[in-house]
Amino acid sequence: MKGDSIRSWERYVWPLLAVVLLLLFWDAAVRWSGTHVFPSPGKVQRGLLELLQKGLFFQYVGDSLFRVASGYLLAAGLGIPAGLLLGWYPSAAYTANPAIQMMRPISPLAWIPLAVIWFGTGDAAAIFLIFLSSFFPIVVSTMTGVRNVPPMYRQAGRNFGLTSAALLRRVILPAILPQILVGLRIALGVAWLVIVAAEMLAVTSGLGYLVLDSRNAGQRYDLVVAGMLLIGVVGLMMDILMRRLERWKSVRWGFRYET
Amino acid sequence: MPERKAARAKLRINNLSMTFRRDGNAVDVLKGIDLEVREGEFVCILGPSGCGKSTLLNIAAGFLAPTSGEVWIDGELVSGPDPRRIFVFQERGVFPWLTVEGNIEFGLFKLSREERARRVAHYIKLVGLQGFEHSYPHELSGGMKQRLEVARALAVNPDMLFLDEPFGALDSITRLGMRSELLRIWELERKTILFVTHDIDESVQLADRVVVMTARPAQLRRIVEIDIPHPRDLSSPRYLELRDGILEEIGLAHKV
Repeated sequence: MKGDSIRSWERYVWPLLAVVLLLLFWDAAVRWSGTHVFPSPGKVQRGLLELLQKGLFFQYVGDSLFRVASGYLLAAGLGIPAGLLLGWYPSAAYTANPAIQMMRPISPLAWIPLAVIWFGTGDAAAIFLIFLSSFFPIVVSTMTGVRNVPPMYRQAGRNFGLTSAALLRRVILPAILPQILVGLRIALGVAWLVIVAAEMLAVTSGLGYLVLDSRNAGQRYDLVVAGMLLIGVVGLMMDILMRRLERWKSVRWGFRYET
Repeated sequence: MPERKAARAKLRINNLSMTFRRDGNAVDVLKGIDLEVREGEFVCILGPSGCGKSTLLNIAAGFLAPTSGEVWIDGELVSGPDPRRIFVFQERGVFPWLTVEGNIEFGLFKLSREERARRVAHYIKLVGLQGFEHSYPHELSGGMKQRLEVARALAVNPDMLFLDEPFGALDSITRLGMRSELLRIWELERKTILFVTHDIDESVQLADRVVVMTARPAQLRRIVEIDIPHPRDLSSPRYLELRDGILEEIGLAHKV
């Protein structure tokens, strides 16, 4: 579209080549150093196959995705309306903003003790931590989105006789949709980042559990690295999916300056 | 055009003043404005940048409440925006998330589907956007976006239009074309138009009357009747005489 010189096959070939080179370098480094603790790519691959055979591969990925999805959707379901409210009523934002800005820099890790008191150990506590990690980015991006809607859009809406509810639905929401999407994408990244910490809470499945448990039980560093790689790959796929949403035609206008 | 002079008053502004409070200081923006606009008349409000003419337009459209004085339209006191009178911003007022069709249809939510489709088709044709029905604003040029905004305003069949320097962001060639477009549409639809500009030529080309404002706090300096029939010859002696009269009124030399 922009007339850049990258041909379509190059978009896939060069990144794949980079991954292959990294794997070769990794393999060579393990051989050269003669380490017995840090696994080679081949060992990690065998670890992944072992997980597949035991039926743990899809169970762990599924369990982690379930916890992240639950906490994240809860955060989006509450965060978007909260952000709309705070953006719409300046007095509400004025009142709540200092509290929000104070809560925001507290790492979800710091909430672990409280999460355990309130929800015990298990899925609920993990979901709560995921919720906390993504709630604030969603609220803040929605709120600033509403505040930054150009005043003339509201004026035009009111000029055509829209009620407040219609103005919110037909002007404010579509106007901030691109920014909400950006907030949702950032929040999903953070939620996935927090999964390892959330699964430290004595749940007995999931990719974060895999990483911690493999080290604790038997120093299986091949499985530690396998878990890390899986977290990375799933995170990458989620980001690709979220970026796909940005091409949706009713929000594309908001992203045209990005490349 | 003597028959239009007989038309009744559409808009009446009575002793209107506006004071803004900024950083604890009171800034007088408008002072004692009296103005009457007749039904179907095209009036330009001309003044230097920042003189408060946009504020005057925003008050007339009901977006701002004046500090004192009042605005009457059709014998009703203006107390808020109303779909019978549409405000046209510089082209940035179109909704970027809607297509050309979607934008024109925006204000028609009370009409039946058939009537909406009929009006959309009519106004797309009127402003010459055929073939762009499904385009988004960011795919259009500045002039096309401006025509789209005018079409969106006209589609709800208002009896008055407020235009706030609508062609200010366009290049001078497109701007000339847009002026004759607007005049053509005005001849067809006969809306009452209040048009704010800082461009002397623009005001003399378009208006029945030019309201010349002073610098802030804006007061009426003079009202100039432009008694040249459309289409106006921009090199006719009368055109130049009226334009130079306004130049002199504002205190500018005619040589650069």
